[in-house]
Parts: sequence; C-alpha cells; structure tokens
Amino acid sequence: MVEKLRDTPKIDELMKGPWPSFVKEIKLSAKLSGRAGERANDLLGVLERSYNDKIGHWKHGGIVGVMGYGGGVIGRYNDLPEEFPKVAHFHTVRVNQPSGWFYKTDVLRKICDLWEKHGSGVTNMHGSTGDIILLGCATEDLEPVFADLTEMGFDLGGSGSDVRTPSACCGMARCEWACYDTMGACHDITQTFQDELHRPAFPYKYKFKFAGCPNDCVASVARSDMSIIGTWRDDIQMDAAAVSEYAQSGKFDMQADVVGRCPTGCMSWDGQKLAIDNRNCVKCMHCINAMPKALAPGRDRGATVLLGSKAPIVGGALLSSVMVPFLKMEPPYEDLKELAEAIWDLWGEHGKNRERVGEFIQRIGMSNFLEQIGLDPIPEMVIQPRTNPYIFFETEEEE
Amino acid sequence: MAVDMKKRVTDIGPPHYDKFLPPVIKKNYGKWKYHEIVKPGVLMHVAESGDKLYSVRAATPRLASIESIRMFCDIADEFCDGHLRYTSRNNVEFLITDESKIDPCVARLKKEGYPVGGMGPSITNIVHTQGWVHCHSAATDASGVVKSLMDELFPYFEEMNLPAKLRIAFACCLNMCGAVHCSDIALLGVHRRIPEIQHDQIKAQCEIPSTVAACPTGAIRTATVDGKQSVEVIEEQCMFCANCYTVCPAMTLNDPEMDGLSIWVGGKVSNARHEPMFSKLAIPYIPNEPPRWPTAVKAVKNIVETYAKNARKFERVGEWIERIGWPQFFDLTGIEFTKYHIDDFTHAGESFKRSAQLRHK
Repeated sequence: MVEKLRDTPKIDELMKGPWPSFVKEIKLSAKLSGRAGERANDLLGVLERSYNDKIGHWKHGGIVGVMGYGGGVIGRYNDLPEEFPKVAHFHTVRVNQPSGWFYKTDVLRKICDLWEKHGSGVTNMHGSTGDIILLGCATEDLEPVFADLTEMGFDLGGSGSDVRTPSACCGMARCEWACYDTMGACHDITQTFQDELHRPAFPYKYKFKFAGCPNDCVASVARSDMSIIGTWRDDIQMDAAAVSEYAQSGKFDMQADVVGRCPTGCMSWDGQKLAIDNRNCVKCMHCINAMPKALAPGRDRGATVLLGSKAPIVGGALLSSVMVPFLKMEPPYEDLKELAEAIWDLWGEHGKNRERVGEFIQRIGMSNFLEQIGLDPIPEMVIQPRTNPYIFFETEEEE
Repeated sequence: MAVDMKKRVTDIGPPHYDKFLPPVIKKNYGKWKYHEIVKPGVLMHVAESGDKLYSVRAATPRLASIESIRMFCDIADEFCDGHLRYTSRNNVEFLITDESKIDPCVARLKKEGYPVGGMGPSITNIVHTQGWVHCHSAATDASGVVKSLMDELFPYFEEMNLPAKLRIAFACCLNMCGAVHCSDIALLGVHRRIPEIQHDQIKAQCEIPSTVAACPTGAIRTATVDGKQSVEVIEEQCMFCANCYTVCPAMTLNDPEMDGLSIWVGGKVSNARHEPMFSKLAIPYIPNEPPRWPTAVKAVKNIVETYAKNARKFERVGEWIERIGWPQFFDLTGIEFTKYHIDDFTHAGESFKRSAQLRHK
C-alpha cells in the first residue's frame, strides 16, 4: 500500500462538481496494495506535473509486445523516469472486447483482478476503437498478462498497420432496428481475420464497424475504413393505429416534425392517415426514430457497405462512400470477406506507407480502384457524375 | 514471472458474446418490437413475445479504476443477475427485467456519484481521448476538459429538453483518436509552432526518408546540420499537424504556451434527415487553462444555449446552422469570424459560397 498519495492540488480541482471524476478514479487505484497502487500513484504525480507545466510527459516509440504478435501493445514511456520511476514504462494493452460490449460480472471481476496483479488498476472502458484498455503495463509483465488473458478466453486487439479491433452496436441483442446481426458479423469477421489483426502487414490501419441501421450508433461512416450499415429494400412496416396514437399524443406535429422533415418528401399526412411512397424512401430513419411503436424497417433487410473513412492524418478527413448498396449479410459473410480481401490485395500491393484505403482511392482514382477490385461502377456510388471534362479515355478501346 | 510456453495459446480472438447475454436477450434476440424512454436514463425494450428489458444508463469518466468496475459489478449482481454492458460513448448500462428494481438501481448509481441519463434529446457522455494522462502527442488534456465541460452541461445530461440529441466529442490532437470530425460540437487540441528538431537524436530515433515523406505539404526536407544528417522544416509550409512527430519522436511539437484547443460544430454521423456531415470550424484557438479550462467551457456552453434557444424540433446543430446560414450562426453566438475559418487545404474551393443567396441585414 502506498503510504501517502502524491500531493496534487491542481488536479484535485477536478474532484469537484457533479460529473464523475477521472481523478477520483486514479486515486481509487492509487490506494490499491502492491505495484498497482504505486503505479497509479505515480500516474497522479505525472498528471499533476502536466497540469503545472501545460505539457504532456509521455514518449512513444520502441517495439514492445508479446511474442508472435506485432500489435496489441502500444509502447509508452515517461520522460521523467527519475521523478516517477513506477511509470517509467507504462504501456497500453488493448484487449479485444466481446461484440456489443456485453459482460457478466464474473469475467469483469477477473479482468480487474488481473489488472491489480500485473498492472496499475487503471483502465479505459473503452478505447475509441472499442477495446478494453489496460493502461500502464511494464515490459516484463506483458507475457504474464497475455497468459492470464488467454486463459480466461480473451485476446489482444489490433494496433499499428493491421486490422484494428472491429466493433459493433448492440444490434439484434437489444434493438428492433437491427437490419442484420451486427454482433454476429463482428465476431465472425474478428475471428476470421485473427492473423491480419495481430500481425501488421498493411500500408496502414484498417477498421471495420458494424452498425445495425442508418442511425449508425458506432459512427461507422466516419470512423471505419469499412462501414457496414444496416438497411432494407422493401416497404417500411406501419401500424396505422399506433401512428394515430402518436398524432394525438401531442409529442410532436406530424406534418411539420415528421412528414415535413422527410429528406425526399416521400410522406404525406391528411390528418388521419400517413402515406409513404416507399420507392422514394432513402431509409434515413427519421420517421421511424420519431415513432418507434408505429413504424419499423422493412422485412427484406441487409446492409450497405461503404469504404474509406478516416480522421485528418495524413491527407485530410474522409467519410466512407458507397461500394455495395445492398448486401444480405448472412453467415458466413463470404461476400463481405471476399470484398475485404480484394481490397487488401490491391491496397497492400500499391498503397504507400501510412496511406489509408480512402486516401489510396483518392490517389489512384475511384474508377481505377473499382476496376482493380472487380466492382462495376454504378450511380449509387456518387453524389453526382463528374463536372470536369478531363477524362482519361482509354484510347485502345477505340481501335 | 515465468510463463509456461507449452501452454501458450495465440489467435483465439475475443470470447463469444453469447456467454455474456442475459436470458431475456437470448430468448428475444432479433425479435424486439419497439422501445421507449420511460424516463431520463431508463430505456424499455419490448419484444414480440411481450418480454420487457429495462436499461439504466449511467455516465462513467471513461478512465475507470478497477475499484469502480468492481462496484458496478456489485450493482449488476444486486439488480441485474450480473449482466451489464457498456455503450459506444463510455456509458455503462444495467440490464434489468424486474421493473421494481429500476428505481433502487438508479438511486444506488446516483449515490455512488455516477449520474443516470444521456438519452433522447440530451447531451450524453463525451467521446474522448487520453490527453496528458497517457498520450505523447496531446496538445491539451482530454479528461480534464471533458470533466470541466460536463460539470457545466450537467443538466443537459439528466434532462431531455434540447431540440434533438447533441453529441460532443473531444480529441487532444489532429490524429483524432476520438474521430471528432463528425460531431455536433467537437473540441480538438491544436499545436501552433513548428517541430523542434533534435538534430543529435534524429538519426538514432527516426528514418529520415519516412520522416520527409510524412509531411502532407512537403515542408520537410533533408539537411546537414553540424555535419550530421538531419532534416529542416520550411516554416511557411508547416500546418502543425504533427504527422512527422508520429513517425519521428525527435521532432517535438508540444509547447506549453502555444498549444491549446479549437472548437468545431455541425457534424453528424446518423443518416436521419440530413446525410452525415463533417464538423466545421467555429473557434480556431483557445489557450490551455488547466485545471478547469474556463474559456473553452464558456464557449461550448454559449453554442449549446444558442442552439437550444433557436433550433427547431428534431434539428441537429448542423441542420439548424444550414437552415439559418453561417453568417447568422456567427451573429447569434457572437463568435468572431476570422481568416482561419476559410479553408486553404485540398478541395478548399468546395467551401466557398458560390451563389448570391444571402440574407442581408
């Protein structure tokens, strides 16, 4: 047990107020017995130092990991090791979460025990990509942590230029809007591509996110190279009596707030009856979101597959764009896997170091990319056709 | 500690989620009929079978001690037969089938200091990054700014009186581990000075060709400094993205006085009504003011309040601004429009106003 917690007047200011405090969390861990407490206590000290210096005190670099894996551990070192010796190495261990982030308390308690024994008692639930993050592992503890994790049925997640840990919304487990089994697909893809996940061999990272409907609760369109967003092809299911109940509930104005906000104007309301021109519905979810008891996605369900989103580094932020307008998404998800592998073959061969697939497409041209991976160009892939006349005609076709 | 190499296994992947699902979910998997928000922070899902599942949502600070995870386990054991889940925005959800256990569960969470809410037209938990707690490239702290912000925006988490949901995200540098580029309001850490090159260490720590290639604007070129192979940075071409630092630790950008954060608005990821949108720049720079970042907090609160007062029902921030126009957004919020708001990177022209459709005062 740490005899006395580090003196931290600056960050103690963040113990105040109604929102749960991360400083309180670090202090809870600093009171643990053994090394975990000592490490968390030094983390308090480093953080207080950063609050005084207005600068971070962490360094990256160095290759650390477990044997046979190229990813899953991110090396992190403190730049003041003499002052804060217990956090001199303070690596991040990414642990692949179960699909949908569902847990039973027995397994969570085991993870806590492991991280008290080998780590710092400090975690993130969860990291931005979806992993359970164990913060602050010393180099010599990595193999024992890995051994304990695999014994309880867990494995590491991705890092570096590999398949990053896929994630999924809760899908069919707890949502009537799930147009395919997001958790099932996420688990299947994760298991199928274990080699690609643990051994970085791509130009850069490749993320999958599985969203059950166009509300996209896992932000797949913005945060994953391959965005699989649930949708449907037939008519919205409607319970007319329930629509009337909503209309009379006073919760909103049916004409202005529901019909008037339909992006394609495909709905009409005569004060009694709601009509939908389903051929013009773009599956935006607004009316369904407004009236979950009355409307539901159709029965012919699947997913739209989009490609290429990323944050700004290196060439600017991108959103994913349409590759396949509709895919049935049934196990064993062969179509999706074949598409991913065709993309990896091309991008793996021709992508530059640290070039995400979205940037690669911008560089080589979408038409060229589609031809190489064997997809036909279709109008669903663009907002509009090109407006400039600088066309790279293939002259040999004329001969 | 010795590890038994004969027993060592790899590539097992995550455990199957099926092991962790409560019986009510296993029984009704894919057969849910509808849901409604019973009260702030409590969702009810009704299955075709008539079964009901209640989810009580509480905020966590993302950074969690194993002691508080154990406490959540105690609560889940007491009220939910040991079943809980986390959300994509760092909330924890307690899965309850016995309706009489909802209120005691909510009361217990609040007593332990974890607020219940974040549903419907509210501000839910902020998705964020590591900041000074654990990141090498952070231009600001993340958890501390988020804590300061949510203390101030707290009523919006517990109530549901905004025009639509409002999603806030925070990333402590342009790497954007928090992918803040599509949020209603985003805070983004920024560096503002060129990398300081450690000429004596660069050869040992970095590959010079990949460092040169890392620059999106070609501002880095090879140079010989004091007879040693190194690089130099063309100052006018540097936009402080820190991409070089990511590949080369000997090019540091962190600076106590020049670093800070920027605020972006009007992004979304959902397809509801308007297609997904990027966030757009509102405030280019606010200095780091630890421990409570008062200027940043005040700026975000101002945007939230202006939106709450002026947007129509179901309008997200980006949809509201698109309706009223950006000049009115700057007028209503009192935020100054500067030269930094005009894009000058690739495809900049797409953001120029290309019509005479303007409102005149």
